[in-house]
Amino acid sequence: MNPPVLIAAGGGGPIIPNFGGNGHAYACEQANRLFCWGWFSHNWSGTLWPALRQHVVLVLIAVAIGFAISMLLALLAHRFRPVEQPVIAFTSFLYTIPSLALFELLIPVPGLGLSRATAEVALVAYTLLILFRNILAGLRNVPADVLDAARGMGMSHRQMLWRVELPLALPAIIAGLRIATVSTVALATIAALVDNEGLGVPILSGINDYYFKTELIAAGALTVLLAVAADGMLVGVQRLLTPWSRGRAA
Amino acid sequence: MSSALDHDASSATGTATRGDASTALELELRHVQKAYPGSRQPAIPDLSLTVPAGEVCILVGPSGSGKTTAMRLINRMIPLTGGDILLGGRSVLERPETELRREIGYVIQQVGLFPHQTVRDNIATVPRLLGWPKDRIEHRVRELLELISLDPDEVGDRYPHQLSGGQRQRVGVARALAADPPLLLMDEPFGAIDPINRASLQDGFLALQERVRKTVVFVTHDIDEAIKMGDRIAILREGGTLAQYATPAEILDHPADAFVADFIGADRALKRLGLASLADVTLRPLNGDQPAGDLPVSTSVRDALAAVLAAGGRPLRVLEPDGGVRGLATLEAIGHVLGGAGELDGTGRPPARGQP
Ligand SMILES: Nc1ncnc2c1ncn2[C@@H]1O[C@H](COP(=O)(O)OP(=O)(O)OP(=O)(O)O)[C@@H](O)[C@H]1O
Ligand SMILES: [Mg+2]
Repeated sequence: MNPPVLIAAGGGGPIIPNFGGNGHAYACEQANRLFCWGWFSHNWSGTLWPALRQHVVLVLIAVAIGFAISMLLALLAHRFRPVEQPVIAFTSFLYTIPSLALFELLIPVPGLGLSRATAEVALVAYTLLILFRNILAGLRNVPADVLDAARGMGMSHRQMLWRVELPLALPAIIAGLRIATVSTVALATIAALVDNEGLGVPILSGINDYYFKTELIAAGALTVLLAVAADGMLVGVQRLLTPWSRGRAA
Repeated sequence: MSSALDHDASSATGTATRGDASTALELELRHVQKAYPGSRQPAIPDLSLTVPAGEVCILVGPSGSGKTTAMRLINRMIPLTGGDILLGGRSVLERPETELRREIGYVIQQVGLFPHQTVRDNIATVPRLLGWPKDRIEHRVRELLELISLDPDEVGDRYPHQLSGGQRQRVGVARALAADPPLLLMDEPFGAIDPINRASLQDGFLALQERVRKTVVFVTHDIDEAIKMGDRIAILREGGTLAQYATPAEILDHPADAFVADFIGADRALKRLGLASLADVTLRPLNGDQPAGDLPVSTSVRDALAAVLAAGGRPLRVLEPDGGVRGLATLEAIGHVLGGAGELDGTGRPPARGQP
C-alpha cells in the first residue's frame, strides 16, 4: 500500500493506540488484528461520537444551504426558461471539479482558509447540480391538464406554485435530496483536509497508520451507516408528506 | 302535460334545488375574434351567439373548427383578439382573470383532478380560493357529493387514482359546481368514457342540470350527444364560422345548408323521431283491433317505430302511466309524424326563452 499523501492539513493528530501499560488489555492491537472492539469502545465517546456529530452538522448545513440556493434557482428557471442553461452549465462545471482540487483552490481565498466555511462552500457546490435538476424536473413534470384546471379555477401563479406544483414536485425534490445527502455524507470525509472535524479525521488518521486499521474501518463504517440512516429518514419524510402516492402501483 | 322526454324520470320532476336557478346568467358572444399569433387565418373570425340564462348550449363541429378556442375565450384562458364577451351583461374583459374564473365552473376533457388531494379537497378548491368558512365548505362538499351520487363517507377521502374514470368525471363536474357558478364550461367532458358509462353520465348530468339550471356551454364533436344534451346547438364549421345555431329539433327539421345536413347525418329523420315521444303522435283509436303488444306513452317515437317493426308491422297499444289506453301506434301514424315533424313540440325540454 502506498503511504498516504493527504496528511498535511489533517492536523487532528492520529489517535495512536497505546501499546504501553497492561499488555493484556491491548492484546488485540498488539496482535494487529483487523478490527479491535476494545479500541472501538474505548474511543467511542472521546473520538468517534464527536466526529460523527460534527459530520452530521457539516452535512446538514451543506444540504440546507444547497437546497435553498437550488430551490431559488429552480423557481427562477421554472418561470423564466432562459435561466436554465446557464445554471446547468455552471453547476455542472462545479460538479466536475475534483474535490481535492476544489478544497485546495478555496484555501487561498480570503476569509476561507482552513475552516469549516471552506468545507461548506465546497460541499454546497457539489449539491447544486443534483438538487437544481431534480427540483426543476419535478416542477416541470406536473401534468398539463392539472395546471390547466388549476388556472381555469382561478388560481394565481403563487397559489398554483404552493398548492399544486410544489406538492406534486415533492417526490422528485426528495429524490434529489436523497442523492445529495448521501453523496455529501461521503464527500464530507474529505473536508477533514481543510476543516479538522467530522468522520474524515479518524479516517485520515487511520489511513496514515500503516498497521492499525481499526480506526479507519470504524470511521468508514460509521460514514456508511450515517448515509444509510439519512437516506432512510428521507424516505420516511417522503411517505409522510406524500400520502397520495401510498399504495399506488410503483 | 309533463313531457315524456324527461331524461331522468326519477329526478327530473326535481322538487329539490330549483332555487339555484336565480344564479344562472346569460352569456353573449359579440363579434368574437381569435387569431393565434403566427397563424395566417384566425381560428375564429367573427362569432356571435347568445346563450339564455339556464340553458345548455352545445358547441359541436369537426376537429379544428374552434370549439375549444371559443370556450376558452369565455373564461379568458386565452386572450380575445377582437369583439367582446358578456356574462350577465358585463364584459369579461373588465374583470380580473382570477376573479372571473372563480365565478365560472370549468370542466376539461382530461378532468385534471389534483392527484395529491382527496376528492373532498378537490371539490373544495374554489370555495377555498374564495375564502369560505370551513363549515360552509364542508357542508357544500357533502351536498355536491350527494348531488353526483357518490357517498361522501365512502369516496370523500379517496385520492383521484382510487376512483373509476366515470367517478372522476363526476367529481370534476362537482368541483366545477362547488362555488355555485352562474356559468359552467365543459370541454368534451365525457369524451374519454366508454359508450355505456357515457350514456349514464349524460343522463346524470341532465338530471343534475334539471336541478341546478346553470347556463352551460358544452363542447363535443358527437352530434348525438349534442342532440341529447342541448337546449340549443351551435354547429361550427372548419374555419371557425357558425353554420347554424338553433334548437335540436329545428336543426334536424331544417338544416341550414348542406354542411349541416351532412354533419347531422343521413339518419336525421330517425334522430328527429328520437326527440319526440308517443305523446306527440296522433294515435289511431282502438277499434277492436288486435294489438301485438303494449308501449308506455313515454316511449320515444324512434323506439316505438323499432317496436312496431319488430312486431312485423302490426300496431301496438299505447298505455298512459295510469294504465289507461291512449290509442294505437301504427306504422302509418308514425310515418305521419315524420312528414309533419316541424309541428312537434320539440325536445320535450323546457322551451327556450323567446319560444312559445
Ligand atoms: N395554441 C394555439 N396556437 C395556434 N393555433 C391554435 C392553437 N390552439 C388551437 N389552434 C388552432 O385553432 C383552430 C381551432 O382549434 P380548437 O382547438 O379550438 O379546435 P376544436 O374545435 O376544439 O377541435 P377538436 O375537436 O380537435 O378539439 C385549429 O386550426 C388549431 O390548429
Ligand atoms: Mg377541442
